[in-house]
Amino acid sequence: MMSFTFETVVLIGALGLAVIGALGMVISNHLFRMLLALAIAESGANLLIVLTGFRAGGVAPILGAGDPAASMVDPIPQVLVLTAIVIGVGVQALAVALLIKVYQAYGTLDVRELRDRMDADVAAAAGVEADASQDAPAGGRPLSPAPSRGTAGFGRRSPAPADGLRP
Amino acid sequence: MRNLASLLFAGGLAFLLLAIASQLAFGTPSMRVGAEILAVAPDEVGAANLVTAVLLGYRGIDTLGELAILFAAATAAGVVLGRRHANARRDPPGGEVLRTGADLLFPLLLVVGLYVIAHGHLTPGGGFQGGVILAAAFFVIILAQPTRHLRHSLISWIEGLAGAAFILIGLWALVEDGDFLAPLLGQGAMGELLSAGTLPLLSLAIGLKVGAELAGIMAHIAEAEAPDA
Repeated sequence: MMSFTFETVVLIGALGLAVIGALGMVISNHLFRMLLALAIAESGANLLIVLTGFRAGGVAPILGAGDPAASMVDPIPQVLVLTAIVIGVGVQALAVALLIKVYQAYGTLDVRELRDRMDADVAAAAGVEADASQDAPAGGRPLSPAPSRGTAGFGRRSPAPADGLRP
Repeated sequence: MRNLASLLFAGGLAFLLLAIASQLAFGTPSMRVGAEILAVAPDEVGAANLVTAVLLGYRGIDTLGELAILFAAATAAGVVLGRRHANARRDPPGGEVLRTGADLLFPLLLVVGLYVIAHGHLTPGGGFQGGVILAAAFFVIILAQPTRHLRHSLISWIEGLAGAAFILIGLWALVEDGDFLAPLLGQGAMGELLSAGTLPLLSLAIGLKVGAELAGIMAHIAEAEAPDA
């Protein structure tokens, strides 16, 4: 069994961040919270990669800084993480762009509401009643009927009513 | 039910990761390539910051691939967000205090970003980190004044020229030395600003490219149409 040294605590912290992020992605019902959870999981994974290059008593891999006789930590995981962070920022920006488009189209980022409204859109485009698809179970669906506001089809819907309160 | 399943999933994931972690020889890296690079990099590349030596010297082509990923993400964000309508609603400006603060911060952030880029081969930092600081300077301006228009054509030109410069330096090394992106121009004195051959040039190209790309993404997101009131 591992003893609880400082290194163990750091390692478990990095593992914990990755697990918290994964759990958040699975458990949350809001798309933006999922994105935040993804960012947390990403930092956990990055920390884990950096920690694999750790050497007991090592210094930063920069010549002329610190004790020259001390051994240096492995620079390769640091390089991998360095680029992974910047790419992560780019991917998150792309995800935010997609979220903006989803919000403009449906007026919500809640997964359950989105599912209802997309169902309603698909049903309207197919020309059937919203809750009467052929795959529906015989006893009806447990979901509440989707709101049928705005135009039919895949066109832009008016945003949620809460936005109307803003000047 | 779904929450229970999620908790079970997270518990299993944590158990698996812990089981792997307990097998790791923590504190004694098992990969030998790192120790090898630490031994030969100071004489081969001549950069005091060995992370930069690996990033631009030994793994230069991977860095080019990562720049390509970033470029794809920025392009995709631009395509997804599209062009705004001429008369679409904009977010209101941030007010006097924010605007003054942003104007004050902008040149300082530019100087810090360029410093971090220029000293990437000597101190912690380099093209990626400095590029993000450069982009942050533009973020501050855009957030404080959403009505200010950033010129997309200029950003695209900087981005394209920086990317082309990175590839051209690599091709130059291919012709001169036989290896793509091999460090050229001699190593110089270790620790000087002008040392480590072409590494500072590559660093500058990466910094400008990353900065322009992230600033371009931010400008696209800021120009996304605000919800109609």
